[in-house]
Amino acid sequence: MAIRIFIDEQEVKAEPGESVLMVARRAGFDIPALCYHEAVESIGACRLCLVEVRSGARPGISTSCNMKAEDGLRISTDSPEIRRDRATNLELLLLRAPGSPVLRELAARWGVRPRLQPPPDAGIANCILCELCVRVCAALGHNALAAVGRGEKKRVGPAFGKPAEGCVGCGACLSVCPTRCIVMKDTPAARTIWGQSFEFHRCQVCGQPVITEKHRAFAIAKRGLPEDYYDVCEPCKQSQASQRFASVVW
Amino acid sequence: MPRFSSEKDLESYRHKVAAGRAPDRRAVAVCAGTGCKAFGSAKLLPVFEAELAKASLKGKIELRATGCHGFCERGPLVLIFPAGRLYTKVKPEDVPEIVREDLAGGRVVERLLYRDPVSGKAYEKEEDIPFYMHQQRLVLKNNGLLDPASLDDYLALGGYRALAKAFAMGPEKVLEEVKKSGLRGRGGAGFWTGRKWEICRAAPGPDKVIICNADEGDPGAFMDRSVIEGNPHSVLEGMLIGAFAIGASTGCVYIRQEYPLAVERLGRAVAAAREAGLLGENILGSGFAFDLRIYRGGGAFVCGEESAMIASIEGRRGVPRRRPPYPAQSGLWGRPTNINNVETWANVPWIIDRGADWYRAIGTEKSTGTKIFSLVGKVNNTGLVEVPMGISLRQIVFDIGGGIPGGKKFKAVQTGGPSGGCLPASKLDIPVDFDTLVREGAMMGSGGMIVMDESTCMVDVARYFLNFLKFESCGNCTSCRDGLYQLHRLFTDIAEGRGSEHTLELVEELARTVKATSLCALGSTAVNPVESTLKYFREEILAHVRDRRCPAKVCKALITYTINDKCNGCTLCAKRCPQQAITGTVKKLHVIDQKKCIKCGICLDVCKQDAVWVE
Repeated sequence: MAIRIFIDEQEVKAEPGESVLMVARRAGFDIPALCYHEAVESIGACRLCLVEVRSGARPGISTSCNMKAEDGLRISTDSPEIRRDRATNLELLLLRAPGSPVLRELAARWGVRPRLQPPPDAGIANCILCELCVRVCAALGHNALAAVGRGEKKRVGPAFGKPAEGCVGCGACLSVCPTRCIVMKDTPAARTIWGQSFEFHRCQVCGQPVITEKHRAFAIAKRGLPEDYYDVCEPCKQSQASQRFASVVW
Repeated sequence: MPRFSSEKDLESYRHKVAAGRAPDRRAVAVCAGTGCKAFGSAKLLPVFEAELAKASLKGKIELRATGCHGFCERGPLVLIFPAGRLYTKVKPEDVPEIVREDLAGGRVVERLLYRDPVSGKAYEKEEDIPFYMHQQRLVLKNNGLLDPASLDDYLALGGYRALAKAFAMGPEKVLEEVKKSGLRGRGGAGFWTGRKWEICRAAPGPDKVIICNADEGDPGAFMDRSVIEGNPHSVLEGMLIGAFAIGASTGCVYIRQEYPLAVERLGRAVAAAREAGLLGENILGSGFAFDLRIYRGGGAFVCGEESAMIASIEGRRGVPRRRPPYPAQSGLWGRPTNINNVETWANVPWIIDRGADWYRAIGTEKSTGTKIFSLVGKVNNTGLVEVPMGISLRQIVFDIGGGIPGGKKFKAVQTGGPSGGCLPASKLDIPVDFDTLVREGAMMGSGGMIVMDESTCMVDVARYFLNFLKFESCGNCTSCRDGLYQLHRLFTDIAEGRGSEHTLELVEELARTVKATSLCALGSTAVNPVESTLKYFREEILAHVRDRRCPAKVCKALITYTINDKCNGCTLCAKRCPQQAITGTVKKLHVIDQKKCIKCGICLDVCKQDAVWVE
C-alpha cells in the first residue's frame, strides 16, 4: 500500500518504512549523503543528508537516510539552517579526508573552506569513519571489519588490528567507500588488502584473474555453486557462448 | 527463608520478624557504603564485635552493617540506636571508647560528634545536623537502617507490602496510581513514568521487557550506586510493580562493571527474592510471573542512552540508533521495552504503599516527590542529599551543603552531569525542578551537583566536560565525534592564550551544529556546558581571549608566580620546588625563574608568609 509524503510541498508516493532519503532521491531531489547505501542499514553517520521535518510530534532538523517514510510526513530539503549545518559537518569531514574528490567537490559547490585543525589520523588516510565498509562486509557474511574505539579515536578495520580471518579479499569494502580510502593493491599474482595477500584463481581460457581463491571457496560453499563455476572468466564465458550460438546459427 | 505463596504468608512472616525487633532495641549501625568503606569502615566491625563481647554486651546490642547514609565526607559513620546518635570519622581505635563510654556507660563521646565547621556547634543526633535536617529522605530513608544483605530487614520495614497491594489493585489501577502521582524519570529526561508504562503496556506483543538503567556514568555522581548498595530490594520491588502494571515477564538490570559492591548486593537480593518466591512463577499466588537478569556494562557513558544500552545488552557495540521506533515499540530483542533508572524504580513502592495523593504532596505540581543529588565540589558538606523537588539551589548549597569552605565566594553550580549547565550566583534562588532547570540552560540529569567557588575557572570547567564528552562520544555522528573534538581544541586554545574573538565565533557555530544534528542526547546536550558558560560567564571567557588573563588564576599559560617582599627567606619554597626554579639564600628574598616554572603551585601552598603572588 503506497503512502504519500510531502517533500518541499511536492507530493511523492512511497512505500511505508522506506528510507526518506531513497524516496526523495527517486523523486529527483538532490540530497547529499556519503554513508548511505540502499543494501545495508543506515546508521546516520556522515550527517549530511539533513532535512527539516515539518510535521508530527518532533519537528526539526534530522537525517533522512535513517528516517522511515510515514503517511503525511512533510519535510523540506533546503533552508538556511540546513545549509549551515550541512556546511559545518562537511567542514568536519573535510578535515578528516582532505584528499577525497567527492568531499572536495561538495566543498567547492557549497563554498566550504576548512578553518580548523585536522583531528588525529584515523589510521587510514581520508577515512571518514562512516562504517559503510563494515556494514557491507557484514551483509556479505564475512564480518572481517569492525568499528573500534570511541570518540575521535574511533577506527575502522579488522578487529585487534590483526589480519581478519573472515576477509576473502573481495574488495566490496572499497567499492562502496565514499572517499575511496581503502588501500587495495592488485598484482598479476595476488591482491593485497587489509594486511593480507590473496592469490587469484585464474581463467582457464585467457589466464586473467577471476576471483581470489579464498573468495571462490567462500562463494561456492555459501551459494552451492558448481566447483568449476569460476574456472572461466565472465568475458570468456560470453565469448564461448557467442561462439556456440554462432556455430548453431551458421 | 520460607517461600511465600500468598500475601498472608508474607504478612505472617513479616509479623514474626517484626515481633523480634522492638523499636527501642539497642543497635550499632556501621555504614558499609562505598564512601565509608573507602575510609576503612569494614575494619570497624570486627573491633566492635570483640569490644561488645568484652563488655558482655554481645547479644544485647545488635551490630549491623548498613547502606550509605549520604554524609560520605565524614565517614566512617557509626549510628547508635535507639538514640539516633551519630559518630563521625570513626577509627578502629575509637571503638573501645564508644563501647565503654556510650554503650556501657551511657555517656556521649563528644569528640566524635559532628561539629559545624563554621559555628563549631556539636550535634548529637543525626536528624538534627543541618546536612540531614533540611533533607526529606524517601528513597534513601531506609538506607541507614537496614542491612542490604538481609531480606528480613527489608520485610521488617514494610518491604514488599506495596507489591502485595499492587497485586490486589490490578495492573490498570497501579498504572493509574503511578500516572496520578506525577512521577517523572529520574535518569535525566524527566519523562512521565506512568505515561511511559502506559505506552509500553498498550504496545502489541505479549513478551514485554523492563530494564533498570543502573549505568550511572556522570563524573562524581553516585545516587543510583548508593540506592542499590544500600537498599537493593526497594529497586526490585519497584521493578516487580512496574512489570506487573506493564505486563512484562522479563527484566534486566544494566549496571556498571565498576560498581562491584552494587553488583554483589543486587545479585544477593535477587537470589534472596527468588528463594522467597518474590521472583519467578506465580509470585505471592497472584499468577504473575517475573524474573530478571543482571547485565554488567563495560563503562561506556553512552550506554546509559537507552538504544545504546539495548545494543549493549544484545551483545553489540553500544551505539545509539535513531528513534522511532522507540523501545516501547521495538526494544530489547525486538520486544516492547520499558526503561527506567534506579531511582525511578525505587520511588514506585512508596507511591503504591502510601498512595498517589500522599506522594503528590511532596515537591511541586509538575515535579513531584523527592530527588537525590550528589553534592560535590567546593562545598563544606559533600555527600548524597535527598530533597523535595522545588527546593532552591541556595538551600541545597548553603543550608544542607554548609556553604563554601575557606570563606571563599560561591561562583557557580553545575547540575545535570557533564551535559548539564553551570548556573551562576544570580540563579541560586530558582526552584530545583525539571522544567526550571532546563529553562535556565541546565538540566536535572540524574542528579549530579558540582559546586564551584571563585577559584574555579569556567573555561577550565567547560574544557573538562568537553574532554569527558568527546572521549565518551561513541564516534558514530560526524557532528558529535569531530564537533566535540574541535570544541575541546578551541577551548584549549582559549585556556592557553591562543584564543580570539574569531575562536568564539567558531565555538558558537560548532555548538549550534553539534546540538542540532547529532543523533542521540549525548551529542545534542553535550554543548550545554559550552552554551551555559557563554551565557553566564562571557566576561570571564572574554578576559581569556581579549586580555590573555585568567581571572580565577587557573589557566597555567595565562598566569605567573612571583615572590614579593613579604618573603623572609625561609627557603621552604626553594626546597619544595620540583623544578629547582626558585633561588635565594637564607633570610634573603627568593626569586622564581619563569623559564623553569611549571606553575604547579607548590610554592604558593607551602609559603607561610603569603609571599607568593599569582597573576
